[in-house]
Amino acid sequence: MDANVAHSPVIEFRDVDYALPNGLQLLSGLNLQVQRGETLVLLGRSGSGKTTSLKLLNRLLNPSGGEVRVNGAPNAEGDVIRLRRSIGYVIQDVGLFPHFTVERNIGLVPRIEGWPVARIHQRVEELLRMVGLEEQTASRYPHQLSGGQRQRVGVARALAADPAILLMDEPFGALDALTRDQLQREFLSLQRRLNKTVVFVTHDLREALRLGSRIALMEAGRLVTVLSPEDFLRSTDPLAAAYVRAFRDGLDSAANRGAS
Amino acid sequence: MNLIHFFSQNHEQVLDLTLEHLWLVGVSTLLAVLIGIPLGILSAHWPVWNKPVLGTANIIQTIPSLALFGFLLPVPWLGDHADRLAILALTLYALLPVIRNTYTGIRGVDPAVVEAGRGMGLTGRQLLFQVELPLALSVILSGVRVAVVVSVGLATIAAAIGAGGLGEFIFRGLAMVNNQLILAGAIPAAVMALTADFCLGWLEKRLRPR
Repeated sequence: MDANVAHSPVIEFRDVDYALPNGLQLLSGLNLQVQRGETLVLLGRSGSGKTTSLKLLNRLLNPSGGEVRVNGAPNAEGDVIRLRRSIGYVIQDVGLFPHFTVERNIGLVPRIEGWPVARIHQRVEELLRMVGLEEQTASRYPHQLSGGQRQRVGVARALAADPAILLMDEPFGALDALTRDQLQREFLSLQRRLNKTVVFVTHDLREALRLGSRIALMEAGRLVTVLSPEDFLRSTDPLAAAYVRAFRDGLDSAANRGAS
Repeated sequence: MNLIHFFSQNHEQVLDLTLEHLWLVGVSTLLAVLIGIPLGILSAHWPVWNKPVLGTANIIQTIPSLALFGFLLPVPWLGDHADRLAILALTLYALLPVIRNTYTGIRGVDPAVVEAGRGMGLTGRQLLFQVELPLALSVILSGVRVAVVVSVGLATIAAAIGAGGLGEFIFRGLAMVNNQLILAGAIPAAVMALTADFCLGWLEKRLRPR
């Protein structure tokens, strides 16, 4: 039994479809597994179905066909609130509660889970350190923070109740290049320590290559291919190759301009 | 000059009618808040309710106030007590701004904030009371403010059906062609409306989320 659990995927999509009530198909026949401790990156253009896939995991959306399994059981079974509280969720717009201080934002799930106040306080301090924020930040409001700080608070909030699974929807997408670079680096070192199962949505190949243990390439509601970052760069799949070409072209054209 | 004289001579009656006026406005506003906020939440969360709720409130608003008082007069339990009747009519008028602003306030909460809350596992109730209502509060309050200011004015008409309030002076003044008497009712009512407007406006600003 134990061995079984260890080898079974933490997350599994089985023939998952998702269609809007008006019939528009956003996701068709998705089959995908995510193993414990890996960072799976969903890479694709907007409208490719990556955010939809993410929201099917914590049941912000429900599949119109197929089954999403979390920790070996269909996520449609059981309490949706429990499910969501056991999964950390970070979105691009951060969605910090503007009327809460940083401390209350981070401590929200522990608070509604009924943790004692002292333990919440201790946990918030620990998390602030973990994401590289100063202790004084705790009493600030979101509008008093920079974009990078806000996103750090968003990550800390998602980690608050120590979920084993973390869903991240373009968390660094709205940040400037240098801040993004720094947060990506911190994410990697954090992930090495915490070893969460992460599903990470991005449209940025560089980010996917850097953070992903595997990259799932999506297009028009379908999964095209799943590759390791090394294999992705060598892939002969036309779409993957197109991503790599676009990525290299940017560097090359700048280099050539410098040479001429 | 004469007016000051009138107030000092009749301060007891002025005070009585002012308190009566406040009672009519206060109770009807309270009722409108108690009914209007849940209805606003209902129509914000379930779009099916949006049209019937706001539509009805809109229609009520278009009924001329004197006519509404008249319509309600023959209603059994209500017609016997003019103040009940006036409170009901004022409540009906105050509903629209309260419902509409509750609806607008909740719909205006940043969708990212709501989604983050849902994704983190807040229950519907937690989301409503800890996120949506606090963030919509200043907008809701501005609806209440409109309701109060309108009610203070409308409540003067309640005197026409014998519900009391500062309208008594106004109607008496009209009947006697006595401007002094009209002003004796109109000025305290105006002061009341301005005071309420100022206080609620101040509160609204303080509660506005940053």
